[in-house]
Amino acid sequence: MPLCERKTADCPSAVTVTRKYIVRGATRVMADESLFEFLHMEMVAYVYKHQSGDNNDQERGSALSTLEGLGFRVGQGLIERFTKDTPSFKDDLDAVKFLCKDLWINLFRKQIDNLRTNHQGTYVLQDNKFSLLSQFSNSKQYIEEAPKYLVYTCGMVRGALSNLGIDSVVTAEVSVMPACKFQVVIQRS
Amino acid sequence: MSRQGNRGTEGKKMNSELFTLTYGALVTQLCKDYENDEEVNKQLDKMGYNMGVRLIEDFLARSSVGRCHDFRETADVIAKVAFKMYLGITPSVTNWSPAGDEFSLILESNPLVDFVELPDNHNGLIYSNLLCGVLRGALEMVQMAVDVKFAQDTLRGDNVTEIRMKFIKRIEENIPVGDE
Repeated sequence: MPLCERKTADCPSAVTVTRKYIVRGATRVMADESLFEFLHMEMVAYVYKHQSGDNNDQERGSALSTLEGLGFRVGQGLIERFTKDTPSFKDDLDAVKFLCKDLWINLFRKQIDNLRTNHQGTYVLQDNKFSLLSQFSNSKQYIEEAPKYLVYTCGMVRGALSNLGIDSVVTAEVSVMPACKFQVVIQRS
Repeated sequence: MSRQGNRGTEGKKMNSELFTLTYGALVTQLCKDYENDEEVNKQLDKMGYNMGVRLIEDFLARSSVGRCHDFRETADVIAKVAFKMYLGITPSVTNWSPAGDEFSLILESNPLVDFVELPDNHNGLIYSNLLCGVLRGALEMVQMAVDVKFAQDTLRGDNVTEIRMKFIKRIEENIPVGDE
């Protein structure tokens, strides 16, 4: 929903201007987002510093899996609180759509921009302006760093689905920031 | 712009949940990585410091507060503007020292500890120590060296959470500060 349509109960009517900062400052909801963003940055930095002595692939891999694991547990917790009162989903597609809409709005203040599926268990969720990348760059600069900042969210998605009874593997791919794609592959047992 | 609208509790809770749960996962990870609570407390303080030095810019860009003239003003801005903006709570400022260089922030509720219980073997853990680092880092960027610590903590059985802040000195502008 465009910023200018935000309810006037939340921001003074004089503030329905296009300057993002002002609207952001007027609503507490936005503030939490930045707090989470800063915490997320520190968390990634910590895990990398703690888990990788040198720059070898194995240690980098373990840092990524630590972050993914953290995200997984948080995703489980979030979806549980969030779907307490909602009826269960009729199928996987329904659950993924819920993630794309309700969960994404809750976490990142916007929906997933594009969802594609092959109707055989693979879903691609595209976010054109992923909030955790938008401070980075508008292009390919720093792209090697991007995966570190996506893996926690991949974990959250996997954790959320897991608590809805869906096992999956979630990966992310970036070609031009701040857009990115999350790929969810449902695992059939 | 300075009017902080009252959010419906639902919107408010949801977003602090992402932060709160992430913070919880992080503290758990730190406890796994470090043998003792003291180390974890130190790490939390360091991370908070790194966050604080960035957060202050975000804060100054989004609030319309000007330079504070004294420590009392600083205390008010921290409690009434900063805490409200970032955590949606307004701690009260009390227990001023006679010299006016020390005060307490009393938090009736601490959003960081929603859903949290400390297990028995972590008596030395200052769960919310991140906050101390954030305050310290943020104030250092506006030329104030402060000492921040928890005097009371609801997680450890106290009735309220009390953060004690002490002004140490003004920092000269030309000392470079980096991440810890």
